Amino acid sequence: MNSVVRSASFILACAIVAAGAFVGARAAGNDYVFFAGYTVLQFVVLATAWNILGGYTGYVNFGSAAFFALGAYATVFFHKFYPLPVPVLVVMGAAVSGLVGLGMGYLTLRLRGAFFAIATLALAVVLQTLVVNWNYVGGARGAYVIRPAEVEGLSLPYVQYLFLVMLALAVVAIATARIIEHSRLGYGFAAIRDDELAAEASGVPTLRLKLIATTLSGALMGMAGAPFPYYIGYLQPSSAFALEYAVNSIAMPMIGGTTSWIGPLVGALLLGTLQQITTVTISSAVNLLIVGVLLVGFVILAPNGLIGLWRRVSVKR
Amino acid sequence: MTALLEVERLSKRFGGFVALDEINLSVAAGERVGLIGPNGSGKSTLVNCLCGTLDNEAGTVRFEGRDLAGQSAHQRTRLGMARSFQLPRPFASMTVADNLKIPLFYAVNARHTPALTEPEVAARCEELLALVGLLDRAWRFPRDLTQIDMRKLELARAMATGPKLLIADEAMAGLSNTEVDDIVALLIRLNERGTTVILIEHIMRAVMSFSQRLVVLVSGKKIADGHPDDVMRDAEVERAYLGQ
Repeated sequence: MNSVVRSASFILACAIVAAGAFVGARAAGNDYVFFAGYTVLQFVVLATAWNILGGYTGYVNFGSAAFFALGAYATVFFHKFYPLPVPVLVVMGAAVSGLVGLGMGYLTLRLRGAFFAIATLALAVVLQTLVVNWNYVGGARGAYVIRPAEVEGLSLPYVQYLFLVMLALAVVAIATARIIEHSRLGYGFAAIRDDELAAEASGVPTLRLKLIATTLSGALMGMAGAPFPYYIGYLQPSSAFALEYAVNSIAMPMIGGTTSWIGPLVGALLLGTLQQITTVTISSAVNLLIVGVLLVGFVILAPNGLIGLWRRVSVKR
Repeated sequence: MTALLEVERLSKRFGGFVALDEINLSVAAGERVGLIGPNGSGKSTLVNCLCGTLDNEAGTVRFEGRDLAGQSAHQRTRLGMARSFQLPRPFASMTVADNLKIPLFYAVNARHTPALTEPEVAARCEELLALVGLLDRAWRFPRDLTQIDMRKLELARAMATGPKLLIADEAMAGLSNTEVDDIVALLIRLNERGTTVILIEHIMRAVMSFSQRLVVLVSGKKIADGHPDDVMRDAEVERAYLGQ
């Protein structure tokens, strides 16, 4: 009961912060803030999703872009049937990516360490090849998804609406991560990360827990991808399966710290904002360079990320 | 009396190498059994086959009359079979107390309905830590523990699963004499509380003071099984250990 109250108040706090962010962005009076903010929030969701598998259970997923793209292409697919509201598409994207996550987990989770990581990379390549050759969703040509100028009935510019959706998804992702972290499931995940054999000997059903992690992580990534075609207007395989999604979803939790929900949040906010600023001020090509340099720096100097660094400093004091 | 653990013609091979060759073994509830053998005789392989870490190609393992074939390691733990590892494998990112929560959450709660409440889990942790003498180190991390404390944590975590049978795989390797006595006393305490214990050990002094029965493995074969004094006088055992 106590933990339910704690979770509820945490979600409420998140919602208040999110509402504040939206009001603040409105006050800026510039639609660009929403465009940039959307991307940053999208990375908050991706980084948090990656961390549920990569940070909590220790299985490094190099295929984040595939799950993101699946969410995006699920939207393209269903959009061609009938233009559904974005929240419905988000649920569908989550279902598709979650199912693929479950399937991938089932096929690959007997692999450990680098072998698992390589298998996830292979998944991304296979899925991209499939999409490139699938005419219905646009194939290599790509697909147009025409975004309405405004949301009907709300008189809200569409980009603000998409920003709101992504804000809600960020809250969902962070709340999910935090609830897991403080639950028995989180203890089980951590046991798997620390020592899988000992976890199994302690009664932890490791395969089942890992499947829960891949499914949840995949579903959240699919959610992040689902509104993307509306945001970008024209979706092509190379933009949906872009390297930056795979790299950022690993780099952001690593830089923030992987053992807690707050790490990916901090990492994504910092790195995401930095990338947006450099895109405007220097060039969009510098983005990945910055990520690379920061990642190398953190792996060497602060392997437990900013959170680890902060804890070390606060313990010393 | 039915045996708690019954092993029948258990065999395990790695490629062409026969690690275990038709092992028969029966352990009664409440017994203290010592398992010895030279390095590479198959002791750890036997433990791994019993606990489900490895699959045995032939033979059966029955626990409380139930065939364990196809049961994974965590299912066997939940049935009441616990093991400690030869080299301690603590959950490094958790405190000593949290290390014990894993088996409480996942082994004890799996058979316990309703599940233990938070205060009950905390009480069990405390009880186990007191039992092994780690209460004052409950909030430390495994990396801050000494070798012997690490072994105690390993045993406490195995005990936290609430086992009927505890298999202690070389719980004392590398410890000093007094530390060995400490662990032996601890294992005897656990046994007196109703847990059947199989002790795998090289340190003869510990094995002799602990075991009510001694089983000897040599090159994957069981060559002796009986009262420790009789087994130690056995000519074949002498040959295996001392040479001819």
